[in-house]
Amino acid sequence: MTRALRRRLAAFLHRHAGVRLSLLLSAPMLWLGVAYLGALAALFLSALWSTDTFTGDLVKEVTWANFQELLTAEVYRTITLRSVGVAAAVTLIDLVIAFPMAFAMAKLASPRAQRWLVIAVLTPLWASYLVKAYAWRVLLSSDGVLGWGYGLTATVITLSYLWLPYMILPIYAGLERLPNSLLEAAGDLGARGWRTFRTVVWPLAFPAVIAGSIFTFSLSLGDYITVKIVGGRSQLIGNVVYDNIGAAGNLPFAAAVATVPVVIMLVYLAAVRRTGALENL
Amino acid sequence: MSDPAVRLCGLRKSFGGVHAVTGVDLDIADGEFFAMLGPSGSGKTTVLRMIAGFEAPTSGTVELGGADVTRLAPFERDVNTVFQDYALFPHMDVLGNVEYGLRVKRVPRAERRGRALAALASVRLEGYERRRPGQLSGGQRQRVALARALVNRPRVLLLDEPLGALDLKLREEMQVELKSIQREVGITFLFVTHDQEEALTMSDRVAVFNEGRIEQVGTPAEVYERPATAFVASFVGTSNLISGEAAQAVLGKEGTFSVRPEKLRVAALGDPVDGAEHSATGTVSEVVYAGPATRFVVELDAGGRLIALQQNLQVSSMDVTGLRGTRVRLVWQRRHEFAIVP
Repeated sequence: MTRALRRRLAAFLHRHAGVRLSLLLSAPMLWLGVAYLGALAALFLSALWSTDTFTGDLVKEVTWANFQELLTAEVYRTITLRSVGVAAAVTLIDLVIAFPMAFAMAKLASPRAQRWLVIAVLTPLWASYLVKAYAWRVLLSSDGVLGWGYGLTATVITLSYLWLPYMILPIYAGLERLPNSLLEAAGDLGARGWRTFRTVVWPLAFPAVIAGSIFTFSLSLGDYITVKIVGGRSQLIGNVVYDNIGAAGNLPFAAAVATVPVVIMLVYLAAVRRTGALENL
Repeated sequence: MSDPAVRLCGLRKSFGGVHAVTGVDLDIADGEFFAMLGPSGSGKTTVLRMIAGFEAPTSGTVELGGADVTRLAPFERDVNTVFQDYALFPHMDVLGNVEYGLRVKRVPRAERRGRALAALASVRLEGYERRRPGQLSGGQRQRVALARALVNRPRVLLLDEPLGALDLKLREEMQVELKSIQREVGITFLFVTHDQEEALTMSDRVAVFNEGRIEQVGTPAEVYERPATAFVASFVGTSNLISGEAAQAVLGKEGTFSVRPEKLRVAALGDPVDGAEHSATGTVSEVVYAGPATRFVVELDAGGRLIALQQNLQVSSMDVTGLRGTRVRLVWQRRHEFAIVP
């Protein structure tokens, strides 16, 4: 491209803000539209198909049979409830551990210590997920250091460890934005620590807590590897999806099961939206 | 004579190796409107925060009404603070903010409501009870912060740069209003400012801070007319010092002396000078016309420079700006020159 042409192009873009904006946004919009929403649509569509019981071939006719089975079979209801329970437990444990840590980082540590603590919280994310899960497998095995054995509890512990940074960082960012003078004002007006926490810190940090909980909840809900490594014989939704893709070769049913966590997350987001927390993200 | 509202004894504070406050002794009487004036980093805010209880002194004591509160937490002290950024709770409405302190102290609902509404009325904010802080202007937020503190009827009200975030017009209005509110409620007001005009116009007494110490305490007139040190002379008003050889030549004595610019009269070289007056000749190097007054910068023949402020009683900018470069005589009454600590 010649110099003159480049200059004319730059001038054109400068004058036409709309064109400039659409050029800049085209890549993310393409990503959102095709790669993300498109894939979701494909998922829902294939959930309405079925497989031939004898040949295992895909039958591309619309049927609600997959969802009917999902809703009526006892085993899937149990697994769904168990998965939600695990995700809720992980979220709660992470919240209880993360809030004091985030508060100490944001409000008590010196600026220098703050930087190091953020790095310390981020460091585990540099290590592979699998390495960390297997580390917990070794710790938890009945002849390991902890020796608590495998199962749902082991799964909750491991997932809590894995997703803890995703809870700490949003809360830390939220508390960091909270002016110290608000805490001082509460104390100045006679409030002790617990009251200040209840009436000032918690309500103002709540959107950040919600942001963190969306991470921990959705990541736990979709996990199937950790539960395979430390879960013993317990199964979560992710395992059902995985088994139907692999061993059973029933892609349409796997797709139907995969919509369950999507729906749960949508319900969760809708509930959160009502609290007004999403407006402050 | 009862105990002072606030008494500071040998107050010191160091942060790491930095000495923010290096020995402050101060008595503030009940009902006084007291200003702590100084440049940023002079320790005045740190002193305020130690009185509020947000910082613990490295050494020394803080007394409130005769009781030692040095080791008490903020919520155990009978003081309330108006913060520089107002620190209103953004998730509560105006009424919720003002009632906060009363709710913490378990004041019954009806009394709480009544006192909060009265406090809001005293700062002229009736009808704003249900607004959120985010929906208020800077001046309104400032007044909510004031009401939130006053409603608790503290022994001392602490104000940290209370007008710093307001624009000039509003600041001047609030200066008058703060003063009248203080007179009405009779509570001791202790406020921190870096604005010398604010300190002079509002307060009964001023403490001038510099490098963690108090340079001078006195009424606005004392601090302005008779600055004790060169720092006070330069920080409060315009520094106008005669020192060294110039002092010898003009005044016939050794030392450093201060004369305020408005006490100087710009006269013609040959004008007579009577026995109660001193004078010095020099050349006008700069003329700044500022509406109601004109500022003359005069380079003295004896060395050094003085600034003279003349009211524009009969002259206009046309007349005065032509005076640059002319030879003049500055005349002042002897009683307006003061020896100061350099």
